[in-house]
Amino acid sequence: MWPLIKLIPHDTKFPFVSLARLFATLSIIAVIATVIGTFYPGLNLGIDFKGGTVLELNTGAVPVDLGKVRGALTNLHLGDVQVQTFGQPNDAVVRFQTPAGSSPGAVVTRVKGAITQTLGQVTFSRTDVVGPEVSGELKAKGVEALLAAVGLMLLYIWFRFELQFGLGAVVALFHDLTLSFGLILLLRLEFSLNLIAALLTIIGYSMNDTVVVFDRLRENRRKFKRMPLRDLIDLSVNETLSRTIITGLTALLALSGLAIFGGESLRPLSIVLLFGIVIGTYSSIYVASPIILLWGAKRDDEEAKPIAPQPARP
Amino acid sequence: MLTLSRWKVFLVIASAVFGVLFTLPNLLPQSVVDSLPAFMPHDRLNLGLDLQGGSYLLEEVDTGALRKERLTNLTEDVRTKLRTEQIAFTELGLVGDQIMARITNPAQVDAAFKALSNSLGGRLRSGARDVTVERRPDQHIAIAFVPQASDAAAEDAVTTSIETIRRRIDALGAKEPVITRQGTSRIVIEAPGESDPEKLKAIIGKTAKLTFQMVDTTVPPDDLAAGRIPAEDEVLQSDTPGAPPMIVKRRSVVTGEMLTKASAGHDPNTNSPDVDFSFNGIGTQRFAEVTSQNVGKPFAIVLDKKYIEAPRINSAIVGGSGQITGGFTEESAHDLALLLNSGALPAPLNAIEQHTVGAELGADAVRAGQISVMIGAALIFAFIILAYGLFGGFAAIALIVNGLMIVGAMSLSHATLTLPGIAGLVLTLAVAVDANVLIYERMRDEVRGGRPAMSAADAGFRRALTTIIDANATTVVAAVIMFNLGAGPVKGFALTLLIGVFTSLFTAILITQVLIGWWFRAFRPKTLPIS
Repeated sequence: MWPLIKLIPHDTKFPFVSLARLFATLSIIAVIATVIGTFYPGLNLGIDFKGGTVLELNTGAVPVDLGKVRGALTNLHLGDVQVQTFGQPNDAVVRFQTPAGSSPGAVVTRVKGAITQTLGQVTFSRTDVVGPEVSGELKAKGVEALLAAVGLMLLYIWFRFELQFGLGAVVALFHDLTLSFGLILLLRLEFSLNLIAALLTIIGYSMNDTVVVFDRLRENRRKFKRMPLRDLIDLSVNETLSRTIITGLTALLALSGLAIFGGESLRPLSIVLLFGIVIGTYSSIYVASPIILLWGAKRDDEEAKPIAPQPARP
Repeated sequence: MLTLSRWKVFLVIASAVFGVLFTLPNLLPQSVVDSLPAFMPHDRLNLGLDLQGGSYLLEEVDTGALRKERLTNLTEDVRTKLRTEQIAFTELGLVGDQIMARITNPAQVDAAFKALSNSLGGRLRSGARDVTVERRPDQHIAIAFVPQASDAAAEDAVTTSIETIRRRIDALGAKEPVITRQGTSRIVIEAPGESDPEKLKAIIGKTAKLTFQMVDTTVPPDDLAAGRIPAEDEVLQSDTPGAPPMIVKRRSVVTGEMLTKASAGHDPNTNSPDVDFSFNGIGTQRFAEVTSQNVGKPFAIVLDKKYIEAPRINSAIVGGSGQITGGFTEESAHDLALLLNSGALPAPLNAIEQHTVGAELGADAVRAGQISVMIGAALIFAFIILAYGLFGGFAAIALIVNGLMIVGAMSLSHATLTLPGIAGLVLTLAVAVDANVLIYERMRDEVRGGRPAMSAADAGFRRALTTIIDANATTVVAAVIMFNLGAGPVKGFALTLLIGVFTSLFTAILITQVLIGWWFRAFRPKTLPIS
């Protein structure tokens, strides 16, 4: 049986809409859990948004003496310093916050000096320093970018379809963003600029998926003028189902390669993207379309008579 | 739509050739690329600092220090002006951002006001004065900079700093650093390669303001301890820890700008490292004047408000050259000479962001990236061929051309490939398949609707188009926003996505169309392999 596409039955009649209530409940629970999670245990902010310094060091053949490193740094009065090994015993990572009022760049120079003096042979394979001013700006920019993305998507769908569709799409977007955020909380991933990029990409992908379903919905609405909206949604989702599955699987396959072989620094990004693709697909079916049902959408024949402008009152 | 017009075939072949040609330099060893004939492209992918190793520094001009220094200088100007006009005054000093002075004789307030308003400060680009002079009650005069003046000063400071930093980094021999302005008061320095970031930062961040100031030996130690020092003096710390502070005249005799050349050398007597320097005309003259008037007194050599040493003037120095011997090491003498030669920064710089990746770590990232792109692509190919058979194979060919076009376009435009950019590349390839999936599913629908193979294939392309465009527009919106978010690596991700959307639209639609068209012409099939 090759190609596989022949195996996928072409006229599935899954009653998607009838399960919408159940899934809506699940989604709402997940969203609430995420909102609670933001306060407790809270987001694990990376230095992009919190400010501070992360140093990765390597001591060559000898294992890192973590105690010595800690000892060297206590005299510098840095407050909370974390020193851990990662991967190999000769690799360590040092994290600390820049004390208020001192120059972040100057502090890291002193820290490196102190560590080199204590350990002797040491190479710093990575240095990331973000000053408090910069991290504040990045935080504001990140939130701004996410909101701008959602806003522009609303406008685009409104422009290409109609307002109800736009609202459905935007609710789906918030749903996807919130749950992806929930995953970040759940896995305690370090929230960095990369993850903002992942969230923006999820917005793009989720919309992409939603648009495909909407497109079919719009077309079917013209074709079957008497069919109730509920059945139209079921029909459109079923008709686009094989595309949804194949595109989704392709993306998942490609990204899983990235998550497994892409190395430590790309892993959080790929995991969030993988999740986002699943959730984006789910939301196109179970969030965006039922929302339209909730709001109702105008039929084409109704659209034919636009609302007459009200004469201005004297 | 399946009619193979000449321009379609031409476009497809041209894009494939473009992709191969511009991707090629990335696959060949450097020596082969260098020996390619001139008409062939030579540009490789520009790897981000996270992939090739290097340092990203974001430095901010310390506008606070800049303002303070400008106010201090202005205060000294007021003092000098009033003295030359022989106007007696008291209480000269800073009150917030204003300089206040009380004119002792009420009859001279007008004269003081006039003298100060006509002489102080400079001019803004608009031509207006950058200093305001105002009369205040009780014979006071208030002097302040206009608000625009500090912005203008910060901007000038950034411009000068960029030039100075470039000279310093060039002298250090770092590999092709990119130095750019960001906003009004920030400078981005991107230095690829293995240069030591701390050394780089030290060289960049040092103000290197050199002054020669006379030591005030008249102040008794008790007054110094109590902080009672004359208004025209200042207290300086030594740059060697533990040495006592010193009182010097605020007015500097000679400054670093009057140096023509500095070099690291050795003291002929002790053979310890020193820095030799020579003055320009004005410097030589001023130094000769001051040293001849002050034989037997000490003067301080001051770098960034810390004195290095304070030698006694044994005789007038008229030759216009000298040495600084202040307990240098070979390296520190060398660094100081470098700093003096490249000039002082107008204000201190603070490193507020730094990202350094070792070359080895970068190379690891490149390897991991290559592996995951190859595995990702292989999985996509396998899956799409499994799913759609021959048509899947066509999509895979389109995908290969797509990949080549993305890499080629990025090499051509010198766009930077970052580590997240590699993720963007993988994702782009996956999403590019979506266009083909949409087209093929559409064809299946059309066949089901009773159309014959050829017409169904044609309708598939035609009717999937709006959906494809709508779906990709959303990615473009997301990518454009990401690109504006700033920060290098994320920008790289956005750029890859963006380039990818356009090449995907082109290849997924046009290339598969031409391939399917050829297939129809060659085999005259009655059914589609996907229905």
